[in-house]
Amino acid sequence: MKSAVLVFPGINRERDMARALKLASGNETAMVWHAETALPKGTDLVVVPGGFSYGDYLRCGAIAARAPVMDAVRDFAASGGLVLGVCNGFQILCESGLLPGVLMRNAGLKFVCRDVHMRIERSDTPFTRGYNAGQVIRVPVAHGEGNYEADEETLKRLEGDGRVLYRYCSAEGVVDEASNFNGAAHSIAGIVNERGNVLGMMPHPENHVEEIMGCTDGRGLFAGLVQQFDKAA
Amino acid sequence: MKARVTVTLKSGILDPQGKAIEGALKSLGVDGVASVRQGKVFDIEFAATDKAKAEAALKAAADKLLANTVIENYRVEVLS
Repeated sequence: MKSAVLVFPGINRERDMARALKLASGNETAMVWHAETALPKGTDLVVVPGGFSYGDYLRCGAIAARAPVMDAVRDFAASGGLVLGVCNGFQILCESGLLPGVLMRNAGLKFVCRDVHMRIERSDTPFTRGYNAGQVIRVPVAHGEGNYEADEETLKRLEGDGRVLYRYCSAEGVVDEASNFNGAAHSIAGIVNERGNVLGMMPHPENHVEEIMGCTDGRGLFAGLVQQFDKAA
Repeated sequence: MKARVTVTLKSGILDPQGKAIEGALKSLGVDGVASVRQGKVFDIEFAATDKAKAEAALKAAADKLLANTVIENYRVEVLS
């Protein structure tokens, strides 16, 4: 699997992401600067990492979403390429129009930085094939604006089409108000676009992939992606 | 030429920041506050003086960047 991680000023999780991708795939990850107008040839997966692009000025992800490299990402996604956006990356994908909805200020107004649980809603997608449907994993979150909102029509379509892949839940897998720490609509932690090739998620699976991190629950996502391309090849 | 773009949250969109400000105003004893919605103001200066062109440019600016039209409305004014 050849992956490319986008780099914007103010992003800070790009190296964590590149490390997790290398650990899973064995390949070096290309780091692609925001001013580039093309992705490296043969890219299988584009990752928009987390951080605080442009200091969250204007709106989280708003300025990064208009960077030159995003036109190349749009073309890549339109041709079916896999795109993964984590945290600020999710915000950037929403702002760029690649995903519906918006990430609002956390309902409690506080920046939340801790481990949470999320439930894998289905396992038959490139982004979840490393897990079982219904499986609960522990992942870190670190955001102030992760409260996913969309209009009723969009939410209905997301649910109806099974495009909510990850949902915040208790350690036992129960989706309830108490575990929905940022107030997201339908406890949404991650969604895919209509075609299923663009995923946005708030939690950081890349920070739970090695024993030294205290948890390896995030490995499944990367292992699943690698499997996807092994199968294709 | 001076212009202003005002961006506000659409009605029905939860505004936790507005709610917090509302609470603070009430605790300060500011009388008669029923509700607060917060937004953004952009003051933009144009080198050119064609009003229609400026309005078109401001609208493009708001649609492309200044507002997220999923959750926000905007108003464009050419001031002078």
